[in-house]
Amino acid sequence: MASYSTNEFRSGLKVMLDGDPCSIIENEFVKPGKGQAFNRVRLRNLKSGRVWERTFKSGESLEGADVMDRTMEYLYSDGEFWHFMEPDTYEQYQADKDAVGDAAQWLKEGDRCEVTLYNDSPLAVVAANFVELEITETDPGVKGDTASGGSKPATLSTGAVVKVPLFLSQGEIIRIDTRSGEYVGRGKS
Amino acid sequence: MAQADDWQPSAIAGALAGRAELLQQLRAFFAARGVLEVDTPLLCSDTITDPAITPIACDQAGAKRWLQTSPEYAMKRLLAAGSGPIYQVCKAFRAGEAGGRHNPEFTLLEWYRPGFSLAALMAEVAELVQAVLGTSLHRVVSYRELFQQHLGVDPFVLGAEELERFARQRLDYSGGSEDRDTWLDLLLTHLIEPELEGLVFVYDYPASQAALARLRQEGDITVAERFELYVNGVELANGYFELTDATEQRARFEADNRALAARGEPTRPIDARLLAAMESGLPSCAGVALGLDRLLMMKLGAERVQDVLSFDWSRC
Repeated sequence: MASYSTNEFRSGLKVMLDGDPCSIIENEFVKPGKGQAFNRVRLRNLKSGRVWERTFKSGESLEGADVMDRTMEYLYSDGEFWHFMEPDTYEQYQADKDAVGDAAQWLKEGDRCEVTLYNDSPLAVVAANFVELEITETDPGVKGDTASGGSKPATLSTGAVVKVPLFLSQGEIIRIDTRSGEYVGRGKS
Repeated sequence: MAQADDWQPSAIAGALAGRAELLQQLRAFFAARGVLEVDTPLLCSDTITDPAITPIACDQAGAKRWLQTSPEYAMKRLLAAGSGPIYQVCKAFRAGEAGGRHNPEFTLLEWYRPGFSLAALMAEVAELVQAVLGTSLHRVVSYRELFQQHLGVDPFVLGAEELERFARQRLDYSGGSEDRDTWLDLLLTHLIEPELEGLVFVYDYPASQAALARLRQEGDITVAERFELYVNGVELANGYFELTDATEQRARFEADNRALAARGEPTRPIDARLLAAMESGLPSCAGVALGLDRLLMMKLGAERVQDVLSFDWSRC
């Protein structure tokens, strides 16, 4: 892997730090006119998700990390692993609970998602920004109540629980923003 | 040939006019005070030895020349030749300094006041900056008080190991053990600067950070007669009660070159003409260099230096 000097640190660059792959979020060059130059860098540890700030002496370098983001199709879960397939090559990957993390509650078979590969195995999974899922359980819908603004919990086919408007009923398909976990509207399908 | 998609200026709306207006304002300011505008060469046969600054070398018909990191040496030669008070607005060049507040090619406003004390020059800098920015709030604090007030430590007393322990408790620093000045720079830039509001003058620096300032005994410590001006935590100007002793100057240049050699970096040519000018007699004076692009950023409320440059480093 190539190594990168502090002046090549860019948002999105993946580097190895303390043995873990990390993604650079922000790199600020700091230098007193008559003093030492530093780079104040915000990083995300791609294994733990932890975001923190570390300062480097300008000119230091870090090894690049063999990390890449791929769009994949979610196939199924066997209870222990989640299985994904690269649509172009049909190559399959299995991700464990740590890699899938919170994305598990939004994954529907056949949906596209982003899988981060580290040394060719899944490190993290990010669901599509918007997913459409079926309501499997909720209190009966209040017909015609589209204006009161009230909400109720609904359980979705994936097991996720979200707040939905009162007029929705079991069996309906709804659209969710996975970044906030919020209901955004009725599904098209 | 590929079509370049970055031909347009990086300057935000109003930045070109703002710069033109600022230059007029500065020229009127100095004209009213009888300070002469001068113009010195940017491409010279010698350069600075300061290990913290990397100059850019050029090849000129087979001979090495240096783009100036500041017009200081040439202006001091004018002072020694009897110019009287002078100022200059010019480009300066420093390798590797690129970021939200740095551009490797940038504009300096530098001026020298024969007969001025450091305090008198600080008052003049404050007047100019207040006239440009319309702000009057300002605080004047010594380097020692600054550290004591913000961090509760004495920067003149703590050793490198104590400073390192203090810094590592508060910051995640990737490097190993460093010298005292590096730890002080780290603490100042990371923990103190973000807390500075309005116009703040910091003066009486550690002797090890004197650069070209004179030293003075101040009670139990030796201080450099140097100041920095911060505006809302951003370093804007650096001033000295100028060293006039050629022997001391030569010793500092040689110490810089030893520090460069110890780091495995090439030493730099010592400016013999500056030393000769100082030997012939540099009048007692105070001088300051002010980052003009940053002053313009503050005047316009711009976030990044790119916003006030016609074409920033990535577009030229």
